[in-house]
Amino acid sequence: MSVDRRQFLFFLGASARAMALSAVPGCTATATVAGNSRSKMEFVPGENGPFELPPLPYDYDALEPYIDAETMRFHHDKHHAGYTRNLNSAISSYPELQEKSAEELLRNIESIPEEIRKTVRQNGGGYVNHKMFWEIMSPDGGGVPTGAIAAAIDDRFGSFEAFKEEFETAGKTRFGSGWAWLVLKDGNLEVINTLNQNSPLMDGNYPIMGNDVWEHAYYLKYRNDRGEYLRQWWNVVNWEEIDRRYEMAIA
Amino acid sequence: MAYALPDLPYDYSALEPHISKTTLEFHHDKHHNKYVNTYNELVKEAGMDDKSIEEVIKAIAGDSSQQKLFNNAAQAWNHTFFWNSLKPGGGGEPSGEVGDKIKADFGSFDKFKEEFSTAASTQFGSGWAWLVLDGGSLKVVKTPNAVNPLVDGQTPLLTLDVWEHAYYLDYQNARAKFIETFLSSLANWDFVKENMAKA
Ligand SMILES: [Fe+2]
Ligand SMILES: [Fe+2]
Repeated sequence: MSVDRRQFLFFLGASARAMALSAVPGCTATATVAGNSRSKMEFVPGENGPFELPPLPYDYDALEPYIDAETMRFHHDKHHAGYTRNLNSAISSYPELQEKSAEELLRNIESIPEEIRKTVRQNGGGYVNHKMFWEIMSPDGGGVPTGAIAAAIDDRFGSFEAFKEEFETAGKTRFGSGWAWLVLKDGNLEVINTLNQNSPLMDGNYPIMGNDVWEHAYYLKYRNDRGEYLRQWWNVVNWEEIDRRYEMAIA
Repeated sequence: MAYALPDLPYDYSALEPHISKTTLEFHHDKHHNKYVNTYNELVKEAGMDDKSIEEVIKAIAGDSSQQKLFNNAAQAWNHTFFWNSLKPGGGGEPSGEVGDKIKADFGSFDKFKEEFSTAASTQFGSGWAWLVLDGGSLKVVKTPNAVNPLVDGQTPLLTLDVWEHAYYLDYQNARAKFIETFLSSLANWDFVKENMAKA
């Protein structure tokens, strides 16, 4: 996403949201009926629900060479946009669910009406997981943890190196598609992995940080070598944001 | 028994432009090869190397203590089946007994295509879509990750790999386009016919 478009999206008011969405896949601006020269937004059901695709907090190529611009483009503009669209669509006939945050939907996944529960699990999970994913990466990332999370990692895992190894193993051993996570579980840090778009929130745990190990996250650049992707990913990890999430979670 | 990585039944570039040479090189030489090697190691450790790979798959399906062996056994088997489910100049509506059976069991070839496409596109995450014979009738099923229809006692006839590695270099996120191309230009109906004859 260009800086211009990002700022454009950022400053848009809610009433102008539909216009911004015209730049989002699946939502097409079309000319209206003959004789009317103005164009209007064609409202695709579910497209204009409560959840918006958050813009990337940096340029597509900002995480190069560790994550390439093409991967970021597909990942954000297609995959994340798809989860967002499908989540909106799933809850489009449930006004009471539209009042809730996506995180609340996931925390209470078992009380979501059964006919949409699986769709919300998959797409609500995809929506929330990717939103976090963009935020916990940064072109200024890498290095070692800072703040309270640094001490907590040393306490729990012995060292940052030991934590990294456990986290990479969680990513490598997730068979198929899924995520590797550092979560806060009953007040303790744990490394886990989840299948597909399942979020730790669905099990009552808080996701401090997570790495996407769906093949779409790394295949264009790393091909079959998920291990190398997991190793290189540390170079873009945004410890400041992760520390913020941790401190908020323990507060 | 040790399972041998089969050669592709065609050249690496034989399925272009629908599936690229690069995709087949990685898919066969890296992914399939690794499943086969891991299977051969684990099956020995499990003391099951007197069994055929099909027997191993059926014997340990659903046993969580054997998950890793199952995943690699089934993926080794599934990929061999997948290579045979593709052919240069394949796809389109089959004639003869396969075409007749599809019409009888699905109503029409279009209905089959619709069911197969839905199964393949809604298999969330990694997995497979299949045409199977189940109690004498044709059915479309989808399976997650490594699971295959052998574990349900069905006879696989045709499969499509919908793990992202199968199509990401060529189609990126557009799985639907990959599925459409499989049905129009790649599906090996001769293989289906052979499998039906053996069933
Ligand atoms: Fe992703
Ligand atoms: Fe595959």
